[in-house]
Amino acid sequence: MGDTQRPAKKTAKSRPKPASTNEPAFVQLLTPEGQRVKHPDYELDLTDDEYRGLYRDLVITRELDAQGTALQRQGQLGLWPSLLGQEAAQVGSGRALAPQDTVFPAYRELGVQWARGVDLISSFALFRGTDLGGRDVAADRFNMYAIVIASQTLHAAGYAMGIAMDGAVGNEDGEAVVVYHGDGATSEGDFNEALIWAGVFNSPLVLFCQNNQYAISETNARQFRLPPYRRAEGFGVPGILVDGNDVLATYAVTKAAADRARRGEGPSLVEAYTYRMQPHTTSDDATRYRDAAELDFWRAKDPIVRYRKWLDAEGLADEAYFASIDTEAGELVRELRARVMALTDPEVAEMFDNVYAETPQEITAQRAEALEFQASLDDDHEGSDAR
Amino acid sequence: MTTMTMVKALNEGLRRVLEVQPKSLVMGEDVGRLGGVFRVTDGLQKDFGSERIIDTPLAESGIIGTAIGLAMRGYRPICEIQFDGFVYPAFDQLVSQLAKIPNRSGGRVRLPVVVRIPYGGGIGAIEHHSESPEAYFAHTAGLKVVTCANPNDAYWMIQQAAAGDDPVIFFEPKRRYQAKGEVDTETSELDLYRARTLREGRTATLIAYGPTVDVAANAAAAAAEEGLDLEVIDLRALSPIDWDPLFASVRKTGRAVVVHEAPGNIGVGAEVAARVSEECFYSLESPVLRVTGYDVPYPASRLEDDYLPNLDRVLDAVDRSLEY
Repeated sequence: MGDTQRPAKKTAKSRPKPASTNEPAFVQLLTPEGQRVKHPDYELDLTDDEYRGLYRDLVITRELDAQGTALQRQGQLGLWPSLLGQEAAQVGSGRALAPQDTVFPAYRELGVQWARGVDLISSFALFRGTDLGGRDVAADRFNMYAIVIASQTLHAAGYAMGIAMDGAVGNEDGEAVVVYHGDGATSEGDFNEALIWAGVFNSPLVLFCQNNQYAISETNARQFRLPPYRRAEGFGVPGILVDGNDVLATYAVTKAAADRARRGEGPSLVEAYTYRMQPHTTSDDATRYRDAAELDFWRAKDPIVRYRKWLDAEGLADEAYFASIDTEAGELVRELRARVMALTDPEVAEMFDNVYAETPQEITAQRAEALEFQASLDDDHEGSDAR
Repeated sequence: MTTMTMVKALNEGLRRVLEVQPKSLVMGEDVGRLGGVFRVTDGLQKDFGSERIIDTPLAESGIIGTAIGLAMRGYRPICEIQFDGFVYPAFDQLVSQLAKIPNRSGGRVRLPVVVRIPYGGGIGAIEHHSESPEAYFAHTAGLKVVTCANPNDAYWMIQQAAAGDDPVIFFEPKRRYQAKGEVDTETSELDLYRARTLREGRTATLIAYGPTVDVAANAAAAAAEEGLDLEVIDLRALSPIDWDPLFASVRKTGRAVVVHEAPGNIGVGAEVAARVSEECFYSLESPVLRVTGYDVPYPASRLEDDYLPNLDRVLDAVDRSLEY
């Protein structure tokens, strides 16, 4: 067996330009430079307070998310999946929804959770390991995080079927469902089945794809040949590509899709073209698969910088306002941090609770056995202390 | 008392569920217009409408995943997986979603979903149509697993499974589908998770479920002619297992033989043997024996009679137990 010729190691310079730096044609209402632009199909006319509110949401989301990363670094969380760079996709879409709408998140949707007014502590408890992220999802109209990629798209499709069966669609008061997922999820069978279901049952579902360019290390090129918004058409579902770093555009596009769903006109897929500025999670090392130039390219498209420029230029907000938001965000971070640190370990008995609605005798017996065993260890421990 | 086939009993049971529980739905491949490939849902769409008896796209993960979403919305879906060997595309939705979401939610979300699966061999079918995948699901916390062996149980157990708030995997022994039996449509005899002693005896205990209950009962009848007095227990529930009658029986007989179609390796019989050894050690006269499918893929149908536990293999095991 002869020596195999190893190809010359590619340097960063010789590497082909990543697909993620090619600018696709998307719905945009605000350029990276902060210029308001018109779109023939999408317009947005919010009140001054609402425009300022979006800025507040963007900044607070970024700060609370950064605190997640900090808490992980300090050993207070086991893991944190940062949304840095995706604030506009999440805040714009989250704010576009009506109170009666229901959200099915993946696991990076802190910004949507904030925008929907849902207490964020459950997401931190999940990543701290003090519980499994349970909340009163019916009251919140915001479901639990879904870790198995695309699994939630089917739950959302079923829930949306149920809405239609309840007759809760057909006018402006109808209910819509928005399910969040990433570019990687589009390769999963469940995602494709969800599109089939939503299509054939004409369900009030919006699939909101945050295409942040990466499924951990794999780029779009390894997930699809045709981008998700174009693939939707193959399922008979309209697909819309939107600048995911433009909060006004994600708001307008999501609102149109949700309104369409609640009127009973069926599902849509929104692909928000954005970028994950942090590694996949705090456990990931993104320097192994992307370079600084790519980050610089996307940093120039920052969702908050452009929005602030526009608010400033329009006279909608001034330095004093921006400073007040920074102060408020700081307070919220401190408050959240204190609450996270106060999350204590659950009791051993809790793992046996709520496995079933009607608990089998076997589990009750194992629960008693585990507690008895634990108590016997405690007794031994006290005994040794006494000696 | 009415005499009917298991298919008819299931159909009547489902009909009762749909009548008393307006949120209940039947969903699956071909369950509507066709009435299911085994006709278990025959006529239901005509009577309850296509919104409640839903012909779904041909995607098992989609069936279970959307049933979960419907349950979150307050519906009570009864899903049909067309054949045992087709359940695997839905594996994640069953074991990681349906089983775990109620627990993850801290009990705030309940998923009253029943998943009906025709299972087992003995019908001369092509591959993937004769399997016994019950151990995968009995191994999964959060799911309950039951199986009926006769029309009366089929009629009542499907109603009981649909009435509870836990997800239930409901296995139907397809080779018993056309067997007729008496059905008492007035009163149910047993709770869903109770085992049944269908024949009392003192020599040894035969433990079976689903399609092998009939095999065990026939073996016991044959043994009686030779003067052996075998007790026969139908487990009915595989998760949780109703242990007390089982332990009481083995303490009485001192011998146990478990019979199931699924491969023996790490199967329900292995758990039964382990638990009986733990709980009845001083009563046992011989090791718990298993008569099961072999640890090979389900064979071509012309070989299935050699693969499936039958009367002779069961009696052979009883002999080995007695000779021990």
